[in-house]
Amino acid sequence: MTLRTEPVTINLGPQHPSTHGVFRMRITFDGEVILDVEPVFGYLHRGSEKLAEERTYAQVVTLTDRLDYVSSMSNNLAYVLAVEKLAGIQPPERAMYLRVIAAELQRISSHLVATGFFLNDLGALATPLMYCFREREKILDLFEMLCGARITLSYMRVGGVFQDAPTEFWPAIRDFLSFMPEYVDEYEKMLTGNEILLSRTKDVGILAGETAINCSASGPVLRSAGVNWDLRKADPYDVYDRLEFDVPVGTVGDNYDRYLLRIAEIRQSLRIIEQCVDQIPEGPVRERIPNLVRPPVGDAYAHVESPKGELGFYLVSDGSIAPYRCKIRSPSLINLTVLRDILIGWKLADMIVTFGSIDINMGEVDR
Amino acid sequence: MYGIGIAKGLMVTLTNLFRKPFTIQYPEEAVPQSPRFRGEEFAWYEERCTGCASCAKYCPLGIIRIVTHPGGANVPEGDSYAIDVFDIDIGRCMFCGLCVEACPYDALFMGSGFERGQYRRDDLIITVDELRSSERRPSTWFRPQLEERDYRPQGGEPLSWEEVGR
Repeated sequence: MTLRTEPVTINLGPQHPSTHGVFRMRITFDGEVILDVEPVFGYLHRGSEKLAEERTYAQVVTLTDRLDYVSSMSNNLAYVLAVEKLAGIQPPERAMYLRVIAAELQRISSHLVATGFFLNDLGALATPLMYCFREREKILDLFEMLCGARITLSYMRVGGVFQDAPTEFWPAIRDFLSFMPEYVDEYEKMLTGNEILLSRTKDVGILAGETAINCSASGPVLRSAGVNWDLRKADPYDVYDRLEFDVPVGTVGDNYDRYLLRIAEIRQSLRIIEQCVDQIPEGPVRERIPNLVRPPVGDAYAHVESPKGELGFYLVSDGSIAPYRCKIRSPSLINLTVLRDILIGWKLADMIVTFGSIDINMGEVDR
Repeated sequence: MYGIGIAKGLMVTLTNLFRKPFTIQYPEEAVPQSPRFRGEEFAWYEERCTGCASCAKYCPLGIIRIVTHPGGANVPEGDSYAIDVFDIDIGRCMFCGLCVEACPYDALFMGSGFERGQYRRDDLIITVDELRSSERRPSTWFRPQLEERDYRPQGGEPLSWEEVGR
């Protein structure tokens, strides 16, 4: 006798602990196997792009903090690069180094959050998360020294950074660089060979390189699928062309690869920061420009490799003090394109883990 | 063989039992703060303020309200406007510090407080009287002259208007 079964459609979210915010997925199941996934988002829409048209170029920096609120520095950097391109401003050397240091610290902190929540979704409730947050706290302390805030930083300005780092920052960052590799080793010791982690993530949610390119995915999601594409190498901004670092690339493109890639990127970021701290020249940190920047009529697009992928700002100027149009190309939103491809055929429990491994941030998806 | 996993797990517990904890018992213990911390308790020096309202114009949210009338005296600069109203609605403030950056006379400073919980939104508005009467421990954010002197707002001496200039 055969049982006649029907596919069941259920809503996951918007208030589900694994969705890292307010994200809804309409999933069709056959038993426990996923047949179809339809992401529904927009619950956190704040109209950042439209708000940017109402504010002056300097004030928009505060809006970019709130896009991806675990990597504010990268958002600041992408925005100021776009304005500098638009207005033809060249920031001083020291400012560019400070920006790279800040952006790489932010990458470490964002990857720690991503790893922590990924394991949280896997069912290792809060323990790995607390380990990751311990070091993130150290980075946030460094940020507090730099710019007086911990999350919504507003550190960078058009034409540099707002102010030079205080004297106590340099010993603190040396100290951080000396103890951080040990802590990364500690995670790897606890997690990388962990049997539960291996059985839950290895060969789960495999993303082929070609699919990733076709979905225009970027960042760790793309690189874990074996595609060597990093904007820091492909289109260097600030001082990345003077620094030596490797771009870690995955092989299989499964959840485990995405986890390993983030840990490897943390190590590379530490390398970059170390070189920057050694090379940083003396000098001014901010180009002298008026508070109300009036770029000439035109448009500019600048992109950076944010922790989650390619973050781009497209700005159109009509010659006034505010942008005429501000388009944000957010990596979290575009990385969601691969979601359907990597989830179909897997089970409900794998879905939560795979979704966690993409590392999206709802502030950036909905803007 | 079963049981090795448990022994390994308990070993981790045992080693961590004798580690120094990273947590801080917050209400009893103070969290160490950087002197650049951007918080409430804005420090405002009426003697330095000309009432130019640069801060109000530069604020991305427009939460600073300034009403002036002619006939005040700004001590370093001479005649200026007298301040009737200087309201900062910190219920909507995001502590970006752009107002401090905009101030050309070093009259407005960020503070370092973060514990201003209230039951009503109206109580979150800092009025001019409160700014006048408060003890001013300015944050060194965007004020290199304070940083050069190694001033620490947390537990430091309150500063008068002569001491905070460039």
